[in-house]
Amino acid sequence: MNVEAIVAAVGLEVKCGRESLGREVTGGYTGDLLSDVMGHSKEGYLWITRQVHQNIVAVASLKEHAGIILINGCEPAAETLEKAEAEKIPVMVSVLPAFELSGRIYNLLTSPG
Amino acid sequence: MGEPKPNLYSESFHIEGGNFNSAGIVSTSIKSILKKLGIPGDIVRKAAIVSYEAEINVVSYAKKAVVNLTVGPGVVRIEVIDEGQGIPNIDLAMQEGYSTADQRIREMGFGAGMGLCNIKNYSDDFHIESEVGKGTHLKMTIQTP
Amino acid sequence: MKLSEVRDILDAEIIVGEDCLDLEVHTAFGADLMSDVLAFAKAGSLLLTGLTNTQVIRTANVLDIAAIILVRGKKPSSETIALASELKIPILTTKYILFETAGRLYMKGIVGCLSKVENTSGRT
Repeated sequence: MNVEAIVAAVGLEVKCGRESLGREVTGGYTGDLLSDVMGHSKEGYLWITRQVHQNIVAVASLKEHAGIILINGCEPAAETLEKAEAEKIPVMVSVLPAFELSGRIYNLLTSPG
Repeated sequence: MGEPKPNLYSESFHIEGGNFNSAGIVSTSIKSILKKLGIPGDIVRKAAIVSYEAEINVVSYAKKAVVNLTVGPGVVRIEVIDEGQGIPNIDLAMQEGYSTADQRIREMGFGAGMGLCNIKNYSDDFHIESEVGKGTHLKMTIQTP
Repeated sequence: MKLSEVRDILDAEIIVGEDCLDLEVHTAFGADLMSDVLAFAKAGSLLLTGLTNTQVIRTANVLDIAAIILVRGKKPSSETIALASELKIPILTTKYILFETAGRLYMKGIVGCLSKVENTSGRT
């Protein structure tokens, strides 16, 4: 399943990085501590977080995440969008809290078909 | 202020700045006091959240503080008076996401620039005054049925 | 569902609260930032987090959180365990990451805390 399919299925607002929405999603990681995400997330994961500052782009880029989803309707900082656009990393926003969003995406990724 | 009716309960607590292990003790006490007074659970929770965030602020940024809890008819008042660095720009500090927290505070799960917003949102009435180099004075009022 | 079922779904270990397995839970909140928990989580919810310090227990106590689920195999410190025992807050630890912990519980019917604090402050 690619990022675009998840955007459509859970109703995400795409803020930037549209050209990368075809990336395949291999899993998800939910977390707000950057060092934890650096240490344990994997390539192709969608990162679900409430952090909005520009450092999240560096983490997502280094770990080659499929994209970043901000929860609770959090607005990304302007520098975050600028950097993410340059790095071609999709940044998306959901109105849902982390639990609900993670639950729905996990359901999509693990359900057959 | 001249409150005409007598207070049902009042107590003062002390918080020591920099003592991260003790953060939360005062709000835990406030919570159990309010519960014993028969205040409804949702009001108790609001008061506990407000005092807890204030406690985190004191241990993070101030030298020490006094917390005054007053329970009157229809109202819970929590006042936090700290001695410390104060806040240079209150409008900025009240902005969600604005923070001057260091790594230690962030590792505890705080310092994301939400503390004062949480305090304001859970209070029915909220006042903040601060003087740089002196300290910060918070007054929170929560109405009870 | 009962806390015992949560334990089974997450293949979790109970660190504090063996006597609380009959507790009923319906909602959950996942976060690593305690101020977010304070802003959004509802009383009676499960708290899913990767943090293990005593402030997690204080936060749970302030909000009347039903139980704490530590994710990614995290083990709490002895201070954290002592405080949780004192305040009677169950702690479970699961080897799953927060994403999968949320996913597994969500698929068994646990729901998120969906409204913001502004909507629940009692001002109607």
